[in-house]
Amino acid sequence: MLKTFSTRLALAGFIAAGAVSAQAADITGAGATFVYPVMSKWSADYSQTTGNKINYQSIGSGGGIAQIKAGTVDFGSSDKPLDSKELAEAGLGQFPSVIGGVVPVVNIKGIEPGKIHFTGPLLADIFLGKITKWNDPQIVAVNAGVTLPDAMITVVHRSDGSGTTFNWVNYLSKVSPEWKSKIGEGTSVQWPVGVGGKGNEGVAAYVKQIPGSIGYVELAYSLQNKMTYGAVQNAAGKFVQPSRESFQAAAASADWKNAKDFFLIITNAPGEASWPIAATNFILMYKQPKDAARSKNALAFFKWALENGKAQAEALDFVPLPDELVKQIEAYWAAEIKA
Amino acid sequence: MSTDQALPAGALGAPADAVARRADADRRADRFFRYLVTGAGLFVLAALTGAALSMLWGGRLAFSTFGFEFLTTTDWDAVGKKFGALVPIYGTLVTALIAMLIAVPVSFGIALFLTEVAPPWLRTPVASAIELLAGIPSIIYGMWGLFVFVPVMSTTVIPFLTEHLGPLPIFGPLFQGPPLGIGMLTAGIVLAIMVIPFISSVMREVFLTVPSRLKESAYALGSTTWEVAWNVVLPYTRSAVIGGIFLGLGRALGETMAVTFVLGNAHHLTASLLMPGNSIAATIANEFSEADSEIYLSSLIALGFLLFIVTFIVLAIAKLMLMRLNRNEGNR
Repeated sequence: MLKTFSTRLALAGFIAAGAVSAQAADITGAGATFVYPVMSKWSADYSQTTGNKINYQSIGSGGGIAQIKAGTVDFGSSDKPLDSKELAEAGLGQFPSVIGGVVPVVNIKGIEPGKIHFTGPLLADIFLGKITKWNDPQIVAVNAGVTLPDAMITVVHRSDGSGTTFNWVNYLSKVSPEWKSKIGEGTSVQWPVGVGGKGNEGVAAYVKQIPGSIGYVELAYSLQNKMTYGAVQNAAGKFVQPSRESFQAAAASADWKNAKDFFLIITNAPGEASWPIAATNFILMYKQPKDAARSKNALAFFKWALENGKAQAEALDFVPLPDELVKQIEAYWAAEIKA
Repeated sequence: MSTDQALPAGALGAPADAVARRADADRRADRFFRYLVTGAGLFVLAALTGAALSMLWGGRLAFSTFGFEFLTTTDWDAVGKKFGALVPIYGTLVTALIAMLIAVPVSFGIALFLTEVAPPWLRTPVASAIELLAGIPSIIYGMWGLFVFVPVMSTTVIPFLTEHLGPLPIFGPLFQGPPLGIGMLTAGIVLAIMVIPFISSVMREVFLTVPSRLKESAYALGSTTWEVAWNVVLPYTRSAVIGGIFLGLGRALGETMAVTFVLGNAHHLTASLLMPGNSIAATIANEFSEADSEIYLSSLIALGFLLFIVTFIVLAIAKLMLMRLNRNEGNR
């Protein structure tokens, strides 16, 4: 019963959000805010070359999943992959679209971007509220040569559910047994400490406003807002800087070949150069769509985007998928999606 | 010669069936008009009950799962699927209370100034300026709060409060904590600024309705301006003033955007007013789009229903207070 209610809500939300979608030939999608910049760039360029318009509503991953399940859009998008069971129940197929990364950002006077180092367990303890001062011996231990103040740490997290949060807490769960058992992972969790900002921009604004704060945002936001991001120790024990190269390394080291329906979360990826909190965005589409022509159009768009949209993605600090993975995705389309 | 003129001249002279027809038409028109306005009245009632019932229906899963504990627990755990509404309810009430504590006296002062003290040439421009304030979108207040007011709070006001009020025995715990600048006190102050235009313009309007002879009599007896305001103007306009206050309170309880900017959106229950909290409206606005399980969504809709109930209770208390005041009227 609630299902139909939520479906109707989702529908109403969609109608309100997307009056433009009334134009029939357009391809409609909805979901993660994380990919919105690259989606809108892709769709602008795609409509210039082909005349087909993509109308993407960045309503959040949860919303994207609800929309595609309600059948109101041609594709949904989520930062949290659905497992094969859930996909099969809904008759959906899933494939990655683009890779990005989540970075810790801090507001400590006198510290330059990239100069402060964190380990995974350290981040987990800070976000658990166990480490409360910037000059805590555990932080000092991995930051030789950096002067850390005797100041309170204020944790800033997302107040809304988000794929960014999902990847962040998924990483914390992988590196901290305490986090895994006490908090767990999801698009929103019960934060033990801190203040919540709405959206990446909300977290960025709070971190800028509160001295001694630490938050997490997507790399693009930290670069655009000139925030102090930190280096994080990866699974191989190396401290790496967040960058397209380190995200790329994480994507390349991931084992996509054996991931059924591409169900793979690439946080804490192996490899010396890998960024530990890299994030993949996923596209959800019906395997047997009601309107095959529209799904065909959508697949044509993604084929174009994955093959020809790499420069646009890189310009926005996203990592395009490796060629090998693109080939695997195209084989998946041919085999699974009847459009 | 029209019938209108013929009738008063002598209904006897006019044909009886014409009079009857006229009366019939009048009755029909009257009846139609009554249905129309009754419909308008019932429409409001139907919309209100419809909204309340559909939220109760949408939230039934949360109410049936958590029962009464939904009101008394502080958990808000989307992973463990445990939800309790105490933190948002508390935050909503506390921020609204702070807002009213500030807004009511200030609005009273503004209205009094504009009706009794200010020189006439100043009254109209200031009154229109206040009404303009009421038209500012709440997101503007939120952004102003976060980017301008929060730094002032965290660098000046909060350190002062923690230093001077923090050590006090009973009220102390209300003013302890790190100077984040984001929290319930800040949210309450921003809310106060937002509701002042509503309350003060209602107060000003009703203060203007006080007959001059009442005020002049009081002045003639040697009253000061304050005595006239307190003993003549306020008693005369009391019910309308309280109405205005509750208009502001209703807005403070339901305000969303401005609050979510400066409240901190953290599901923690703390005594300190300087710490971040959450409100019902802010929680719904923040989390609705990503509520990914049925119980989560249901809990948020249940929160919406609770906001209804909280507002209803607050307004009912207001009505009771009014009735009490009116009953005491004769005893004085």
